[in-house]
Amino acid sequence: MKISRVFAIAAATFFSLGAQAQAIKVGELNSYKLFPAFLEPYKKGWELALEEINKAGGVAGRKIEVISREDGGNPGDAVRAAEELISRENVSLLMGTFASHIGLAVSNLANQRKVVFIAAEPLTDKIVWENGNRYTFRVRPSTYMQVAMLVPDAAKLKKQRWAIVYPNYEYGQSATASFKKLLAKAQPGVQFVAEQAPALNKIEAGAVVQALADAKPDAIFSSLFGADLQKFVREGNTRGLFKNRVVFNLLGGEPEYLDPLKEETPNGWYVTGYPWSEIKTPAHQKFLAAYQAKWKDYPRLGSIVGYSTMYTVANMLKRAGGTDTEKMIAAMKGMEMDTPIGPIVWRPIDNQSTMGAYVGQLANKNGKGVMVNWRFADGALFLPSFEEVRAMRKD
Amino acid sequence: MSYDSFVIQFLNGLAGASSLFMVAAGLSLIFGVTRIINFAHGSLYMLGMYIAVACAGKIGFWWAVPVAALAVAAVGALVEMLLLRRIYAAPELLQLLATFALVLVAKDYALWQWGSEDILGPRAPGLAGAVAIGKAAFPEYDLFLIGFGPLMLLALWLVLTRTRWGTLVRAATQDREMAAALGVNQKWLFTGVFALGAFLAGLGGALQIPREPATLLIDLSVVSDAFVVVVVGGLGSIGGAFVAALLIAQIKSFCIGLGFSQVTLVAEFIVMALVLVLRPWGLLGRVPAQARGPWTAERPLVPPSRPALAALGAVAATLLALPLVSGGYTLVLLTEILLFALFAVSLHFIMGPAGLHSFGHAAYFGLGAYAAGIFLLREKLPMELALALAPLVAGLGALVFGWFCVRLSGIYLAMLTLAFAQIAWSVVFQWDALTGGSNGIVGVWPAPWLASKTAYYLLTLVVCAAAIAFLWRALYSPFGYALRAARDSPLRADAIGMDTRRLQWAGFALAGLFAGIAGALYAFSKGSISPETMAVTRSVDGLVMVLLGGIQTLTGPLWGAALFTWLQDTVARNVDYWRAVIGAVILFLVLAFPQGVTGFVGERLRARDA
Repeated sequence: MKISRVFAIAAATFFSLGAQAQAIKVGELNSYKLFPAFLEPYKKGWELALEEINKAGGVAGRKIEVISREDGGNPGDAVRAAEELISRENVSLLMGTFASHIGLAVSNLANQRKVVFIAAEPLTDKIVWENGNRYTFRVRPSTYMQVAMLVPDAAKLKKQRWAIVYPNYEYGQSATASFKKLLAKAQPGVQFVAEQAPALNKIEAGAVVQALADAKPDAIFSSLFGADLQKFVREGNTRGLFKNRVVFNLLGGEPEYLDPLKEETPNGWYVTGYPWSEIKTPAHQKFLAAYQAKWKDYPRLGSIVGYSTMYTVANMLKRAGGTDTEKMIAAMKGMEMDTPIGPIVWRPIDNQSTMGAYVGQLANKNGKGVMVNWRFADGALFLPSFEEVRAMRKD
Repeated sequence: MSYDSFVIQFLNGLAGASSLFMVAAGLSLIFGVTRIINFAHGSLYMLGMYIAVACAGKIGFWWAVPVAALAVAAVGALVEMLLLRRIYAAPELLQLLATFALVLVAKDYALWQWGSEDILGPRAPGLAGAVAIGKAAFPEYDLFLIGFGPLMLLALWLVLTRTRWGTLVRAATQDREMAAALGVNQKWLFTGVFALGAFLAGLGGALQIPREPATLLIDLSVVSDAFVVVVVGGLGSIGGAFVAALLIAQIKSFCIGLGFSQVTLVAEFIVMALVLVLRPWGLLGRVPAQARGPWTAERPLVPPSRPALAALGAVAATLLALPLVSGGYTLVLLTEILLFALFAVSLHFIMGPAGLHSFGHAAYFGLGAYAAGIFLLREKLPMELALALAPLVAGLGALVFGWFCVRLSGIYLAMLTLAFAQIAWSVVFQWDALTGGSNGIVGVWPAPWLASKTAYYLLTLVVCAAAIAFLWRALYSPFGYALRAARDSPLRADAIGMDTRRLQWAGFALAGLFAGIAGALYAFSKGSISPETMAVTRSVDGLVMVLLGGIQTLTGPLWGAALFTWLQDTVARNVDYWRAVIGAVILFLVLAFPQGVTGFVGERLRARDA
């Protein structure tokens, strides 16, 4: 039995006998085995939130019970897991998913089965725009938003020649497309001199670094992450690619991807991320203390996402006054709530939250990577206008 | 591309080749002697990486490398002695199933032991910097690798040609039965070869840690690269493996250097397909010796007896009546089991009776699924028509690929099917405008009258049952018997006037068509399709289903598919380390029922009747 379930049942029995029968069931699914580095902290995040919510009495006197499933790391199995949650477990709504294609597949199922789906991690812009539907809501700032947060800094530097490297799948492709579009608008006449698209997790880092150096760029925009990023950074450091060059790396400051770099951490890279140890807002302090007390570990960005997703569910249920799907959808429209990294609003137009991200630069401090000169970028400021969204959404 | 960067890219290619060579050489040795397709070779490599990273902090990188390699060699020897040795006599390919189970167990072990975060190892002490070559810098460690690969080649060559043990290995590679007949103790030879192969994999992994982090995802990507190298070079040829590693690493390096980085997705598979089509036994491979022994002629498939047919009919009738008493998720799961059963039966159709081992059957499943999605959403055809037409696309694909594949046999054929499947996959992955790229196509739902779970389940049941019945019936038609003749005795079949190649081609296309039916049904049951639908893991799943059920039985694939799908569904839901559990279950089944679950039951029944 999954820990979460044991916990939920134990909590329910402990706090009020018989409450279990009335608990609100929430179905959760994710690729825990395929992306454990991001999803273990994510799971700890929502488990912490669940504990807090239920300790505070749940929603309108009812506990929340999360039924968590492994989605097998591919859309086909994920759809089956979701079907199981819907039709066997009779959950009132779904939450979770990480990879974009899995998020889209589950969102598509949610639309067909008319079930609310709170997409936690997927970054794809399509889930709220081109393929958006009224049942799907997305927590994290999308690829487009995070690129848009980096573009002002990029434009300020007035670099002429840009080289781009990205993992060859939708996230990398759309990050690249958005970056080129936004930078060309902010800095007319900018040149993109080289593009490298290694297959995900299969970068031939030495060759890629040399090919980028050949183009003699002034600056580099990368959307690599995970093992690809580590290989790229090490080869680039050894071969001197980053010397006297500005580098931007989407997601590069997220602890999940930054921490493994250790003494290789390059100085001065512009990144989006999460400088967890330096955020001193009361909301974050409270979250940090609770998280460290419960898990004896520091939070990653995934923890924030998991925690905020769970609170989204609780707030939505509170506002809807129950588990009626239409009421839940209505409750989400324009809902305002707090997260450890600041208040967010759920946009009625596209079901996207205005969650922001931290933008800053990397620094190597005693063999550990940290973010410096960071600031919080409010997601609301980096979303396309309602007209643009309306043109993209089909519903 | 300047002269400097040309030189650097060439050196990059050399360094890459050295790494590839070591892991491929081990795989090639193992296959050459034991005929085992060691799926777990990438897992051994992964273990080498993790052990080296874990030790490097304590004893330093240069000591960690031999320690890791020896530890992995010990693991390899244990695996051979405790597991593989028990199943050499089992039907061929069963060892493949066992090594697949090891992959699952090893992955979860690594997760449990070393955690989920990627671990970037230390730089190699003494070789941490770079040397200037022209205007560019090149890592010292890569220069070391460039030298180390050929050194290993030399060492292996000396061992194989200048020692008695090496002579025995070569003898067994060429003719295993003859070596055994001359009194060579095969047991220790096999253990030794497996340990050496594992040593090379562990060494390759350990040497890689200054260049890339230890991650849980490395195993399958390494093993597929290594397979390609081995096949391109020629099975059992160490020199060939070196040449092939060089060729592939250089091609990748220059694809990137010249700005065609997307091609690296599939470059090696294009090379493999070309080599197999033009030089079927690899660049330096030899025409394999004809295998002799009990496994060349399979026992004929007995037509199902009357009671067996009645039992199958009863199963079908029960399934048909099921919606009366059950609904919801049971039907969803059964729908999936049914269409995977059809997929497995179609794979078995060419693998078992036709003897064409396909490692890329998912290509046709995927073509069917994508064709259904594209017909429905891009061509705006009605769903029923899309469902009916989609399998034809899969059949067409199988017709084209099959024409090349049936010219080969055995492992070469298997690898060519894999190469085509990977090429098809990469086209689907890259062709954004038509296939939606990595995200795939969403919104592929059935027509309203089929949209309910019950209706769709019944549709799947009827279609799959009819298709499976047709395939089974075909096995006992003149066509089916001719396929079996072509498998068991191609020369004699040829001599009595059968066009064996054309027969096999037709069989291949037919199997592709039926896999396409399963694929199209799959697409509409999920509402979306993504490239994973036709990825190599799906092909492997198909193999596992067939082998689990029993390749030399008629109904085995059906039960194999049901067992495997149900197992995945149930175990993944209830156990955290579900991969390891599934691996363990498969290992148990392999050891307890080497002829497959159905084969075992069949044998028991026959023993009772006799």
